[in-house]
Amino acid sequence: MGKVVYEVGNDISTDAIYPGRFMATVLPSETPQFAFADEKEFNAKLTKGEVADGDILLAANNFGCGSSREQAASCLKGYGVIVVARGFARIFMQNAVNLGLQTVVAPEIEASVGDELEITQTEVINHTTGKSYATIAHPPARQAIIDAGGLIAYARKKLLEEKGVKSA
Amino acid sequence: MGATLAEKILARASGQDSVRPGDVIEPRVDLAMSHENAALVINQFTEVYKDTGLDSRVWDPSRIAIIFDHRVPAEGMKTANNQKKIREFVTAQGITKFHEIRGDEGGICHQILPENGYVRPGQVLVGTDSHTTTHGALGALAWGIGATEMAAVWSLGRVLNVEVPATIKVVVTGEMKEPVSAKDLILYLIGHITAQGANFRVLEFHGPAIRSLSTSGRLVLSNMSVEAGATAGLVIPDAETERYLREEAGVTDPIELLQPDDDAVYERVVEIDISNLEPQIACPHTVDNVKPVGEVVGKPINQIVIGSCTNGRLDDISVAAAILKGKKVSHSTRMLVFPASGRIYRQAMDLGYLQILMEAGAVVMNSGCGCCLGIHQGALADGEVALSTTNRNFKGRMGNPNAEVFLCSPAVAAASAITGVITDPRKGN
Repeated sequence: MGKVVYEVGNDISTDAIYPGRFMATVLPSETPQFAFADEKEFNAKLTKGEVADGDILLAANNFGCGSSREQAASCLKGYGVIVVARGFARIFMQNAVNLGLQTVVAPEIEASVGDELEITQTEVINHTTGKSYATIAHPPARQAIIDAGGLIAYARKKLLEEKGVKSA
Repeated sequence: MGATLAEKILARASGQDSVRPGDVIEPRVDLAMSHENAALVINQFTEVYKDTGLDSRVWDPSRIAIIFDHRVPAEGMKTANNQKKIREFVTAQGITKFHEIRGDEGGICHQILPENGYVRPGQVLVGTDSHTTTHGALGALAWGIGATEMAAVWSLGRVLNVEVPATIKVVVTGEMKEPVSAKDLILYLIGHITAQGANFRVLEFHGPAIRSLSTSGRLVLSNMSVEAGATAGLVIPDAETERYLREEAGVTDPIELLQPDDDAVYERVVEIDISNLEPQIACPHTVDNVKPVGEVVGKPINQIVIGSCTNGRLDDISVAAAILKGKKVSHSTRMLVFPASGRIYRQAMDLGYLQILMEAGAVVMNSGCGCCLGIHQGALADGEVALSTTNRNFKGRMGNPNAEVFLCSPAVAAASAITGVITDPRKGN
């Protein structure tokens, strides 16, 4: 169960999630401080530790559109939030999968800040309103990376296979 | 059943006779491009090799391109240190397609790749930049990826777990009447199909209006395809593609103009007649908020920008110079021009364009991306408005969430520079 801690609309770009002026900061260990830096209230909530692991950022369609900057995924991953959206832009979605930021596609989702959501294999249950919303599972290509624990681990396994080294 | 151009390229790159949308493949990569974010790629590449006992060498140093363009010259020590780290990696790995901060070889990555002949029809090209779609203008399947995905490419030479995308066919008919340009066409298309209209899809451009476009114009279409969410934006390579590669990019080896099949299966066909297309403006804060210029004329502008991987090419600067010749940039605004590469800068200098623009009052900057994404020069003040030939107008894009960015063609930008307000270049001031 997670609580909706912030809600955004359609077409939220990576410029909003991680403003360009912080792009020279690249390491996943350093990017979280700049998550939604121009949304002062939400950024303060995050940086003051008022968001718990598994809490939910709720978005509408095309979340993460724009730049390929991976900081937009790593900065959110740093807080353990789950992004539940009606839809995601492709590059952001792939970056999230690669880095292990949990994303849930629920095309009809309706919820508000403060609602308690439960995410199951097939739906999101809004326990505050009592309504359930079907989710779209990751296709196998993305699920395989998630199951491996992210793209670094997945690529490392492939690399070892290719070089004929048995992984430990 | 025939194949789209993307399907043909991906089948070939994955060693299969054919692929269909939804298939999962690992296509080999012909060219892997990064800019300053190579600093993060290096970090992730090192992570991939961690504890493997393997010597961390990139798969093929001749197939990796690194171009410094986002913050050039470095605006601060963080960027300077990132660039230093990248230079050291380039030397250690023997990466050959490295473009430093230089007036002869430097520039914006999406101009450097085509003008140096690195891009060919039929290639698989990935870049850690969303506007990597640009290279579809030459018939290469080119898409943007994140830094960790690039680290896997540097390690293995292929893109892991690629789901073959469906293709949307865009057929463009009618004749483009100056000053209407490729920028107006792509803005119109994005407004028509929306910012997510091609998400997880490839756009494939067809029709007489595309065939009559120069490569420079085609680069604009492919470049901004990503603003409709497209994975890639492909132009069918033809005689113009070959002309560009031979005459402008210096390619001497054989060129194969790979074509889609006539019976290719498209998810959707979008038809556009541009005969009566007006200059288009993308209004804040989404690229699909597109209106004909007539609906926004008179809007006061604080900063005019001509440049970027979208519209900083020689023909763009030429259009601006023709409009501004003997005129003055209004003192109610300011104008910045960023040629897309050192080569274009020098050509524009030789042809007298830069002289004209500076005499009019424009400031000619060095090649770079910084202004477009608000990370280096040209930031906006609170409440200010920019009119720009760049590609994005998201909130905060030009360095200030309390400012607005309108997107337009070079002709609209130049005509508006004279008046200081959004102006229809067909009517002038």
